[in-house]
Amino acid sequence: MLTMIARRMMLAIPSIVGVIVVTFLLTRVLPGDTAAYFAGPAASAQAVEEVRVKLGLDQSIPVQFASYVGDLLRGDLGASLTTGRPVVTELAARLPASTELTLAALLLSLVIAVPLGIIAAVRNDSWVDHFTRIFTTAGVSLPVFFTGLLFVYVFYFLLGWAPAPLGRLDVFYSSPPEWTGFFLIDSLVAREWETFRAALAQLALPTITLAVFSLAPIARITRASMLNVLASDFVRTARAAGLSGGTVVMRYAFRNALLPVITTLGMVFSFLLGANVLVEKVFAWPGVGSYAVEALLASDYAPVQGFVLVMAILYVLVNLAIDLLYGVVDPRMKVEG
Amino acid sequence: MDRRTFLKSSAAAVGGVAAPAVWSPSKAQSRQETLLIVSESGPNNLDIHGVGTNVPGYEVSWNCYDRLISHEMKTGPNGAPYYDRDKFKPELAEDMNVGDMSATFKLRKNAKFQDGSPVTARDVKWSLDRAVSVGGFPTFQMKAGSLEKPEQFVVVDDQTIRVDFIRKDKLTIPDLAVIVPCIVNSELVKKNANPKDPWGLEYTKLNTAGSGAYKVTRWTPGTEVVLERNEQWASGPMPKVRRIIWRMIPSAGNRRALLERGDADISYDQPNKDFAELKGNNKLRIISTPYSNGIQYIGMNVKIAPFDNVKVRQAVAYALPYQKIMDAVLFGLAEPMFGAKAGSPLEVKWPQPHQYNSDLAKARQLLAEAGYPNGFETTLSFDLGFAGINEPLCILVQESLALIGIKTTINKVPGANWRTELNKKTMPLFTNVFSGWLDYPEYFFFWCYDGQNSVFNTMSYQSKQIDGYIEAARVAAANNDTAAYDKSVKDFVGLAFTDIPRIPMFQPYVNVAMQKNVDGYQYWFHRRLDYRALTKS
Repeated sequence: MLTMIARRMMLAIPSIVGVIVVTFLLTRVLPGDTAAYFAGPAASAQAVEEVRVKLGLDQSIPVQFASYVGDLLRGDLGASLTTGRPVVTELAARLPASTELTLAALLLSLVIAVPLGIIAAVRNDSWVDHFTRIFTTAGVSLPVFFTGLLFVYVFYFLLGWAPAPLGRLDVFYSSPPEWTGFFLIDSLVAREWETFRAALAQLALPTITLAVFSLAPIARITRASMLNVLASDFVRTARAAGLSGGTVVMRYAFRNALLPVITTLGMVFSFLLGANVLVEKVFAWPGVGSYAVEALLASDYAPVQGFVLVMAILYVLVNLAIDLLYGVVDPRMKVEG
Repeated sequence: MDRRTFLKSSAAAVGGVAAPAVWSPSKAQSRQETLLIVSESGPNNLDIHGVGTNVPGYEVSWNCYDRLISHEMKTGPNGAPYYDRDKFKPELAEDMNVGDMSATFKLRKNAKFQDGSPVTARDVKWSLDRAVSVGGFPTFQMKAGSLEKPEQFVVVDDQTIRVDFIRKDKLTIPDLAVIVPCIVNSELVKKNANPKDPWGLEYTKLNTAGSGAYKVTRWTPGTEVVLERNEQWASGPMPKVRRIIWRMIPSAGNRRALLERGDADISYDQPNKDFAELKGNNKLRIISTPYSNGIQYIGMNVKIAPFDNVKVRQAVAYALPYQKIMDAVLFGLAEPMFGAKAGSPLEVKWPQPHQYNSDLAKARQLLAEAGYPNGFETTLSFDLGFAGINEPLCILVQESLALIGIKTTINKVPGANWRTELNKKTMPLFTNVFSGWLDYPEYFFFWCYDGQNSVFNTMSYQSKQIDGYIEAARVAAANNDTAAYDKSVKDFVGLAFTDIPRIPMFQPYVNVAMQKNVDGYQYWFHRRLDYRALTKS
């Protein structure tokens, strides 16, 4: 098992090196002059040059790359010019916000989409099936910023059910003592029930927004995979043997239909991290996505590179986790690396 | 229903899942003494002397540091308090004595920095030295008032500092009241400086080290800034608001929703459309003030044909859809800078409207006289950072110019790139805003029209004649010669209008929306909030 994990990690190294090179080059060819931007509106040509030298941007590209890689090996991702802080600290502070939101959305989406998919498969062509199809298609075809704004308008502005879209916590709460960085978990650990409620309340709308967006792939794959399995011989045998409907569906069919669903989960997690960017903007969520976008708009290289790198590592880890999960779900899937 | 009862009832309505639990009494108390401000972006540096400090950063500096002097308030054009350009009041200095070639300031004896150490003349000298030495924007701004060398700042004794003038300049004293010459706790910062960073910029980037009315107690970049009142503040009446929470809410729609629901106390930088609608429904207090010494204009690069021809420039000035822009883009929230009555005399002020108006027949005739009866093709550039105004504005201009045969392609320049593009001075036709902190016509013209060709002379305009008028006005101002000054101002404004390298369109408004129970908003030249005067009842 451990050797398998190590082998997988080794395989990931070339792709991470590729990501480092490509992001470095991409950020350099972007239009926009960092030095001019940070020298301010009133800067003379000379002031711009001074800033350029200060930032090390007067060096040739290979020299800049070498010093970037050198810093990277020491765990230094550079400092952001827009926020004025080291990128590592910023990402460490913001990543939990994004992952908490993404995982919550994924969980919610699973809880809704998998049962919907199963029912749609079992009651193939019934109204449930059609409803599922319409509901999930609608969810995925509405852009997340639109659903987000719509939810804010309806549930906060009109109905007043949701709290103000002010980020992870209402302004009058202070964040719980940091342990995992997930406010829900940290507040429970610290037994701050009021903070837990406040954090959950803030999390509700962005989570629903993201979940609605990710229902479709999970529900559709569950349905398709279930239909396939339900039509197979062993299910027919099980039914013929007189097993109850529930046992057949849940114990025999669903377990066998799970593999494609897990694969999809990995993909959905990845694209939710991307979709996060817009949701974070709408809900003033202090996550990594909004951080990277703001940096990009200001031609602030270091955070963009750091963000892409962290995302790449995250993808590698998610894929690894999924491969491991295969083995658990289906012992036949002995992963060979 | 007020916010608290509303929250209670809604918490009850949804079983306490969606809304936080009922406020404990202490929380309600802190709500009363806390002001929640929402805006699109926040500071990137808490020190205005830092490298690339953005405009929200100026607001922090203004409220956390003191200057030697500040401005008195007067009643502005809209009836709200407005800083008085000509009247100064002591801030850290309790006395100011302006002589012929120097000014002497006596410091308040009881003034203390936020760490408890007293403010001395050595701190003042160190801070002013820092402002003229760090380079970049702060040094540039100091230069605008002929404050250029550390030798100009002389410590007389512990409580007295003298500023020597290198030349007579009317702008020297006003320049000491802008945000840049703020007084920094030199001992504290020196302790945190190092040979690579002698002015301690890395320390003040993250910490406030001043004697001002507020101090930053928490700052999460891009998310929030929390400021607490400095209970020891000695340079003015104690501010009413104990705590300021400033949250960054990127979505304009959500900022508006927060205001309308009463959750946020103050918001600015909303789109004009929002302000126009909010004004109508009368639930909030909306204060609109024209930018002092600021104009949005269409600029033409006079080095690039055909804009080197004055008739072409005048033709464009007659072809702009001024009123349409006022109505459809700005929703009336701006001061028109066009269509002065023909033949009306120029005034001794800036900005003032010019006499061009939308008159396509005249534009076509001028274009024909210039030798372009069928028009020509060019590009029209704008800064995407302000796309909310710039994009519809440019589309209207494009439509209108097409009517006289000038075909334009719109070139959208990302915010990060805009200054580089301006600096290159290769864009033939563009729209931009300029506003000066120091509200003097000759200041505006010195940066925007003078032959020294600064970044703001975006048109590359060169005219010995206008240089002469501007210089004459500066000399007359320094010598208090009103008659000569008035004549020079009229001269350069008149020439700028006939030669028309840039076409003023309107003076934008600073719009601030606040709850009805929030009062004390003051307009400042920097257009940011002064927390010290705000009250919440």
